[in-house]
Parts: sequence; C-alpha cells; structure tokens
Amino acid sequence: MMKVGVLALQGAVSEHIEYLKKAMEKLGLEGEILEVRRRGEVRELDGIVLPGGESTALSLLLRKNGIFEDVRGVGAIMGTCAGAVLLSKNISGGVAGQETLGLMDIGLVRNGYGGQLESFCAPLETSLGAIEGIFIRAPVIESVSGGLTVLAEHLGMPVGVQQGNYLATTFHPELSGSTAFHEHFLKLNK
Amino acid sequence: MGMEPEFKLKSGLARMLKGGVIMDVVSPDQARIAEKAGAVAVMALERVPADIRSSGGVARMSDPETIKGIMDAVSIPVMAKVRIGHFAEAQILEALGVDYIDESEVLTPADPEFHVDKREFRIPFVCGARNLGEALRRINEGAAMIRTKGEAGTGNIVEAVRHIREIKKGIEELVKMDTREYAEEAGVPEELVAEARAAGRLPVVNFAAGGIATPADASLCMQMGCDGVFVGSGIFKSSAPEKMAGAIVEAVANYRDAGKLASVSSGLGRAMEGLEISDIPEGQRLSERGV
Repeated sequence: MMKVGVLALQGAVSEHIEYLKKAMEKLGLEGEILEVRRRGEVRELDGIVLPGGESTALSLLLRKNGIFEDVRGVGAIMGTCAGAVLLSKNISGGVAGQETLGLMDIGLVRNGYGGQLESFCAPLETSLGAIEGIFIRAPVIESVSGGLTVLAEHLGMPVGVQQGNYLATTFHPELSGSTAFHEHFLKLNK
Repeated sequence: MGMEPEFKLKSGLARMLKGGVIMDVVSPDQARIAEKAGAVAVMALERVPADIRSSGGVARMSDPETIKGIMDAVSIPVMAKVRIGHFAEAQILEALGVDYIDESEVLTPADPEFHVDKREFRIPFVCGARNLGEALRRINEGAAMIRTKGEAGTGNIVEAVRHIREIKKGIEELVKMDTREYAEEAGVPEELVAEARAAGRLPVVNFAAGGIATPADASLCMQMGCDGVFVGSGIFKSSAPEKMAGAIVEAVANYRDAGKLASVSSGLGRAMEGLEISDIPEGQRLSERGV
C-alpha cells in the first residue's frame, strides 16, 4: 500500500491532502495520505509533497525538526511554489544562506514576478492537459538543464518541470480544480 | 468553488501563510530578525500595539517610508495596517505595493459606520472579528482572511480565546438555524451563511491575534482550530526577541507536540509584560471597535 506524505510544517497542507485523496480515488490506488513533521513519519514514505508556503520558513523548519536529509531521501517529491524553491539547486532573491534540498537542476528566482500585485491567474496548456495556472508571489524558473522535461510553460518560460521522480511547479495545482498534476505525481510513487 | 480569479489570488495567499507566524516589526532590522526566525510575513508598523496603547492619541497608518524600508529589507510578504473605513490609507498602501492590508481596530477608526469596501482593491485584506457575524460581514465586504481581534497589546490571551470560541460556537449554532434568518440578523447574504454552514468553518483562512505572548499561547490557538497566528507586541517586547520569535515559529509548526513545546519554551527569558483586561478603562478596549 502506498504511503504519501504532505510536509506539514507550514503552508497549504490541507489543500494538497484533499487533491491527493481525489487523485488516488480517480486512479483506483490504495494508499494513505499523511501529514508529516517528524523523522519517523518521513522515513516510511513512498512520496512527499512540499506545499506552497514561505520557503525561508520551510527550509528553517526542515532543519529544526531534523528532517532535512530524510526529506531529501524520499523517492518521489512534488514541490509547488515554495516547494519548487526547495527542490531547486540554485536560487536567488532569497535570504543569504537560505538552504534548499537541491535535487533538481533548476535555477530559480524567488518572487520572480514581484509581490502580491503581480500575482495572476492564467490558463495553461500542459502536457498533462489544460489547467488553471494560479501564480501567487510565484518564483520564476530561469534555467533548466538538459535532463529535465518541461511539462508546462507560460509565456515561453517553464512553470512545471520534471526530473526523474521529482516534480516542480511554480503555480498551485492544489488550488486549480484539476487533479492532473497530483495524479501524475502519484504515478511516480513506487 | 466558483470564485472570481482575483479572489482566488487574495484568499490563496492567505492559504500559503497557514501554519505560520506573522510578526509585528517597526524597523528593517526587526523585519530581518523576524524573517530569519522563520516568520511567514511581517506587519510593518511605526509602533507595536503595546506602545500605541500606552501612548494614546490617534493611531494612523504608518509613514510609507517606514513601510518601504521594511519591504526592501525582506523577501517574505509585508502587511501594513489602515484605520477602519479609511479607504484613502488603503489606496496609499496599494500604491506602495504591500502584499496584504490589515484593516485594524488597533488603529483609531476613521469611519464610525462603514468598513473599507475591500472588493475595490487588488491587494487582499485581513480583518479582525470577535464572532461569526463580524467575520461574515468582513468577508462580505471583501476580506480574504480573518483574524480574531483578541485584545492587542495586552499579552493576555483570554480575549483571543474568547473570540475563537465565539466563532466556533456561531458555526455550530448555524446548523440548527434557518440560514435566511441568520443572514438577515447578521446583515450578510444567505449564500455566504450557507457556505460557512456547509464547510463547518469560515470560508477563508482564520488566524489568531491579539494577546499571544508565548509559544504555549500560540499552540493553544492552533489546537483550538486556528490556521496560524499573528504576534504583535509579544516578540519585540520580550527580553530576547530572536529566541522568542524562533520558539513561537517552532511551536506553531509542531503545535500538538508537547515534548517539542517544552523544549522550545525553555530559557526564553521574560515574555512581554501582561495587562489584565479588567484593568483597561471602559472605552479603551480595542476589540470593541468596528463591529
């Protein structure tokens, strides 16, 4: 039976839990969706979602709760917005010394569009189908290496990318009304 | 969910703040301390509520220069306060490009009757509420996030707890009531009442505020069902602000973990000095403003 966690230290946790449950039902999968905060909880997981929130707070709390390396070791990871920041190898616009898990070959700018006045909704045509792209103080993916698959673009810039079993979106599929990205992520869980 | 795209962005930002701590700061240095301690946002002010309370007089929107300095200092969202009903102050904050506006009873109300029509703005608003009726009226005016009023600047959690309970009780009572009757009584559309009843909670994110002074206070509010906390005077009026800030952040993230709470609560120095609510003279309770 599949065990999928949502990192519950801060951010839009309940939204991801709801979407993962729906996605699991749609795919006819058996499994558990759990809020995770502690080491023992993370170690049991097949996959983990890093939700939107504030990446500075999240990366600090990953360290304080002693689960930074454990989360890094989870087999499949989906990061949305702040979660995408955490997955990236290179970030700018952050706080000096802000740590990331650094699992995806992405160069990313935090709050790349600007503050809340620059937040926007835009319809996206993705390789997983049409989805409403909700961008909230979103980061901008400036560069991706050759090994990555771009799943979604907006104005010629990648906004959804995959590298192996890691999935990053700068928008919020958990607010979109569509479970397509959550279904795709569940398929990456072994 | 059928909500307008703009409201999705407004209420969506509040969703991203859940499980987090929003801290009052009066300078770029304090803002950097808050960010480093793990705050999810800062509230840019000239004076924290405890100082507003003790100095008296009319409390207004902060100097835009103060707010701008704080915006330039941090990468996390910056909120700022306007007086109840003062839409011109709100227009100024929108022009500055703050991330959230708090239409706050901590400042001296500008309009004795009306709140700001928040739907007119692209910047989202958070508003205080003592009970379900107040919360629904603010949401109907366009607020995308609610916080309890509590009693700001007292370091006394009792009013915040009262308001959390009142809102919960209101929602429980809704189930037994005719939604139309309740809507008429509260002065809001029936549709909004029905939405709260169906969800069994407020239709927007709800934070605790007003009197939180320790990690235990923050945990209490979270365990009672709040989505996150505002800490006003509680951090920079304590004897070791950096430690207190970090401890409250950890307490909110691990609010049900008593062992963790015990360890983060240890050796924090003095919390802010508290104020007994009954010692506040009649007419000086901030939570009575803007119903």
